[in-house]
Amino acid sequence: MATQRTRRRRGPRLLDLPGIWLSQHWQTALETLGRLRETPLPSAMTVAVIGISLALPAALYVMTENLRTMAGGWDQTAAISLFLRFEADDTHAERLSQDLTTWPEVARVHLITREQALEEFRALGGFEEALEQITNNPLPIVLAIYPTPTYAAPDRLELLQNKLLKLPEADFARMDTLWLQRFQAILDLVQSGSLLLGGLLGVGVLLIVGNTIRLEILNRRIEIEISELVGATAAFIRRPFLYAGAWYGLLGGTTAWLLVTLSVLLLQQPVSRLASLYRSEFQLSGLGFAATGITLGASILLGLVGSWIAVNRHLRGAEPQ
Amino acid sequence: MIRFEHVFKRYPERGEALGNVNFEIQAGEMVFLTGHSGAGKSTMLRLIGLIERPTRGQILVNGRNLATLPRRQIPYYRREVGMIFQDHRLLPDRSVFDNVALPLVVAGVGQKEIGRRVRAALDQVGLLSRERATPVALSGGEQQRVGIARAVVGRPPVLVADEPTGNLDPDLSREIFELFERFHYVGVTLLIATHDLNLVQSMRHRTITLDAGRLVNDTGDW
Repeated sequence: MATQRTRRRRGPRLLDLPGIWLSQHWQTALETLGRLRETPLPSAMTVAVIGISLALPAALYVMTENLRTMAGGWDQTAAISLFLRFEADDTHAERLSQDLTTWPEVARVHLITREQALEEFRALGGFEEALEQITNNPLPIVLAIYPTPTYAAPDRLELLQNKLLKLPEADFARMDTLWLQRFQAILDLVQSGSLLLGGLLGVGVLLIVGNTIRLEILNRRIEIEISELVGATAAFIRRPFLYAGAWYGLLGGTTAWLLVTLSVLLLQQPVSRLASLYRSEFQLSGLGFAATGITLGASILLGLVGSWIAVNRHLRGAEPQ
Repeated sequence: MIRFEHVFKRYPERGEALGNVNFEIQAGEMVFLTGHSGAGKSTMLRLIGLIERPTRGQILVNGRNLATLPRRQIPYYRREVGMIFQDHRLLPDRSVFDNVALPLVVAGVGQKEIGRRVRAALDQVGLLSRERATPVALSGGEQQRVGIARAVVGRPPVLVADEPTGNLDPDLSREIFELFERFHYVGVTLLIATHDLNLVQSMRHRTITLDAGRLVNDTGDW
């Protein structure tokens, strides 16, 4: 008996343990992935559902981010466009614009003459026929007024607008940034909405992974029972299911990334064409580096937590009745 | 090595399965456990394997008191007790090798060591040539030998078997029992539940008899 026991103790040495632990994890990770491949259709369906669920908020994020960059480009446009009365001629406008630059509210003034405006109009395209019908130029002179940073706030701009309208040459003044600010507020709202949607769909992903893992546990009941009888610890039994959850998360997150990136690529061409019509160099951008990291990280975490919940509910460990 | 002290086991549906059972098995003994079906043999083995806990009383195995064994320690305890079942409890979708390797895999033994020890265990039960087969391709006697190889591969000091020859013909049963005797000779403590009285009598080992949950006869050391 004594010899039996001493022989038994000649197991792994203490120094080998971290290596064994690591290789065990690595092996479990690979085995779990192999098991997912053994049932390709159900696995693919779970991954697809997770992917689509995560792609929705990610796509919404990409959309709002793109709109934001686009709106950022418009920040360069004038805050106020001052349309002059028809009587005013170019020299008049020149003098006025020089006057305006001395105002503390005004950073600089850009003069657009009638000819320039017509030229620009023509370049936009789509109006050629209409322009041919016209004999004399109907466009007014426009002063594009850029405010100094201290006067860029909406309420101050409004004061400036009123002041400009009191000028005898002024016909009409349009505030260009007000709608931009409204637009940005709407973007903020949509972005918070997408965060909320992401949260809801995240709960959905938890439930999907949880249910998949629950079925997996039921399918492998016998294996679990026998492993427990031969001395498997609770951690050993749980490990493959947690890895399966993490794999589902990773594959689902990758699917989401692919879906979003593919959509961006498909929309790239039409968006560029639209942008060129507005003479903009705007390029649609996909999920950035950080957002991709967050999407993948969140999906892995969701997969892990989902399987962890299922494992805790359906695996009781080696406990005797 | 195995000691029962005033052990009672009561099931809510079936009533008393074991009543005031006392006995001790020394290290290295080979003991048969006999009795009719429903006499409590399986219950006793399930208590030793910590698949169930007694309603009352104490069980000590290999120096451990099962009543006070913390839950986290149960897996490590089970590695010291090899269990053999009448229905083998093999995994049908795994090879013979993988089935036998399971106790070593769960214990975190390295790959090379697993290969060495699994082949040694399969050699002991005479199935070295079948390591790649799946259990369904084997006969009943061979399947039980795989079950035995799995029970001994971790070199546990204690082996318990519940009707290991219940589904086998007399010749195969004798083979299995002779295999057990070989483990007995190298110092393993064995407790084998069986109702094959002819074999038990021919083999001349200590025999404990249960009847309706009570220990009615103990031949003592032969």
